[in-house]
Amino acid sequence: MPISDAIDCDIHPGVPTVKALLPYMTDYWRESFIARGQDGFQPASYLPNSPLTCRPDWRDGEEIPGTSFERLKAHALDGFGSRFAICNVLYGGSFAVSETMGAALCSAVNDWIREQWLDRDPRLRASIVVPTQNPALAVEEIERQADDPRFVQILMPVGLDMMLGKQHYWPIFEAAVRHRLPIGLHAGSLYRYAPTAVGWPSHHLQDYVSNNQAFESQLLSLIAQGVFVKFPDLMVVLIESGVTWLPGFLWRARKTWRAVRPEVPWVKESPIDIIRRHVRLTAQPIDAPDNPEILERVLEQIGSDDMLLFASDYPHWQFDGDQMLPKGVPARLIEKMAKDNPLATYPRLRETLQ
Amino acid sequence: MSARDTAPERPADAARFQFIDCDIHPSLKHKKALYPYLSKQWRDHLDTYGSLTHGVYATRGGAYPRFTPETARRDAWPPNGNPPGSDLEFMQQQHLDAHNVRFGILEPIVGANNARNTDLSAALCTATNEWQVDEFTSRDSRLKASIHICAEDADLAVEEIDRRAGDRNFAQIQLGSRSVEPIGRKRYWPIFEAAQRYDIPIGFHVGGPSPYAPSPSGWPDYYIEDHHVLTHSAHTQVASMILEGVFELFPRVRVVMIEAGFAWAPPLAWRLDNHWRKVRSETPRCKRPPSEYMRQNIWFTTQPAEEPEDRKDLRLLFEWIGFDRMMFATDYPHWDFDDPQRALLMPMSETERRMLFHDNALKFYANLD
Repeated sequence: MPISDAIDCDIHPGVPTVKALLPYMTDYWRESFIARGQDGFQPASYLPNSPLTCRPDWRDGEEIPGTSFERLKAHALDGFGSRFAICNVLYGGSFAVSETMGAALCSAVNDWIREQWLDRDPRLRASIVVPTQNPALAVEEIERQADDPRFVQILMPVGLDMMLGKQHYWPIFEAAVRHRLPIGLHAGSLYRYAPTAVGWPSHHLQDYVSNNQAFESQLLSLIAQGVFVKFPDLMVVLIESGVTWLPGFLWRARKTWRAVRPEVPWVKESPIDIIRRHVRLTAQPIDAPDNPEILERVLEQIGSDDMLLFASDYPHWQFDGDQMLPKGVPARLIEKMAKDNPLATYPRLRETLQ
Repeated sequence: MSARDTAPERPADAARFQFIDCDIHPSLKHKKALYPYLSKQWRDHLDTYGSLTHGVYATRGGAYPRFTPETARRDAWPPNGNPPGSDLEFMQQQHLDAHNVRFGILEPIVGANNARNTDLSAALCTATNEWQVDEFTSRDSRLKASIHICAEDADLAVEEIDRRAGDRNFAQIQLGSRSVEPIGRKRYWPIFEAAQRYDIPIGFHVGGPSPYAPSPSGWPDYYIEDHHVLTHSAHTQVASMILEGVFELFPRVRVVMIEAGFAWAPPLAWRLDNHWRKVRSETPRCKRPPSEYMRQNIWFTTQPAEEPEDRKDLRLLFEWIGFDRMMFATDYPHWDFDDPQRALLMPMSETERRMLFHDNALKFYANLD
């Protein structure tokens, strides 16, 4: 069933072609993209024609999914009756090998989303996309956008140049905390490394399913490197990570920490407690079992009703019709996921209500 | 928690119940213990160049220093001072007799099947197989060896399987969970074909020779991270075998994931099913929901078990996977050893206990009858 007045924490407006971004670039970059005739910067993690990337009944011919404001409005905002929706643009700037081109594309995407999307509908909010390839440039971009309260999060792919807890990334965390922006980690990879620990699978399906391994390893890195000790106000949102993997991960993380914590003496709390306090997950997909009783038990195993955030993941294909949530999610949790938890997670969103 | 709280959940006949241990690590008495089984060429090669791996260091395995010497229990060093797991008499006394082990499956991790030089690796695997028989299985009939193969050269691997499969000393084929490519890919199919032909199961022990970083974002700094994400290679291999159609091509192959945990298995099945339904056209050899192959072809050993906050969730994991697919292991003599009388504290029926500690392994492995 649709959940009215919910805050949809993950929708994906699509960049149609690089042409749409040219007005938001410097002369140098505009000239560069035109002269070099370069386009097609959709990330490999979301193959434009794959059924995972766009639900069949939301697809419009060859168009890049999510590019039409009117259809996004009709399907997602009006269709789901959302009170707010957070735009997470997945585009080449976040994935580029070149730091400077990545920065140019990210800046253009942020300006484009503001003018072409946020300005057109008061229900829309967005994440700032940043070139993590160079944290100094990423911080510059955060500073450039932070005055606009409609930007509520910093977005980066979960598969990065290196493990997220390393001090390399700490300037981004410092800026995030200063501007009360959670770090949103989205499924997908820069593909600097193989998507699995045993190399490159034959199928995109396996890449996609393996995303939760990337989320797990980044969480462990954040904890082991003491990021939450250094930044006690930092919030991390796992977006499109799946949900049901979480309890087993928490149990192993705690067991391992109990055994070898002398290696990281600054980690004085159980990873379970750290994660419950600092980490949130969008509940799309959930990766539910067929049996709703089992799903209900798994959600209880998470041990906190504060962690899940409602999301449609539009236009990615996670559900059919208006069955946004599988059976087994208790009503009390749906209520929290749809309203209280997003407001608690995104302080800048909360503040625009006051 | 007091002892009284846990007592009723312990085995009724805790002192003397017999079990099958699906993960015992025998080790070399010294660095050259495999030399009697190697040609002069390979002995000279090892003396000069060592065994080239994908690792960071020249003469030690593993980028991440472990927490105890030889990753072993501190009380597992034999009185003669040799490495833990290298002395049969001490292993008998400390483990096989003391815990009433009926059968023990040996999983040597001796650097044999993780060489980059596959000719050397194949020679080391052959040596390891002969050494297991000489030092352990021929001297104690409770112990069964694992056929070491160099999976990266499937032809040589099958030759080695051909040599050992009729030998009642061997209970399974042993692979590391970290191959050089996802194990479902075509280059590895001859190994599955041979396993099915000889009706001998394949055990994937966590770890192995992959040249790839343990995470899609590269190399973690700490062992506390690596030790955890090691299990991801097992998730990947299960998904790879299923999606590549290995269990369609070789439907009678039995696979066990060893020392990789198991709480991840039900969510992986759900996740695979949910997304496969949408993009099954990409994986035409996977003809049924992935969870069906997992239920049919994959087993798990128990150690190290994830430890849920609420103990009744441990039992639920066994129910979701299937009690008939779970097999107890101690990991002797390693540091995170599970004592058969103290591990897996959860309510079980007597039938379930027998399946978990004994009957499942008896059916699963070759040559235990």
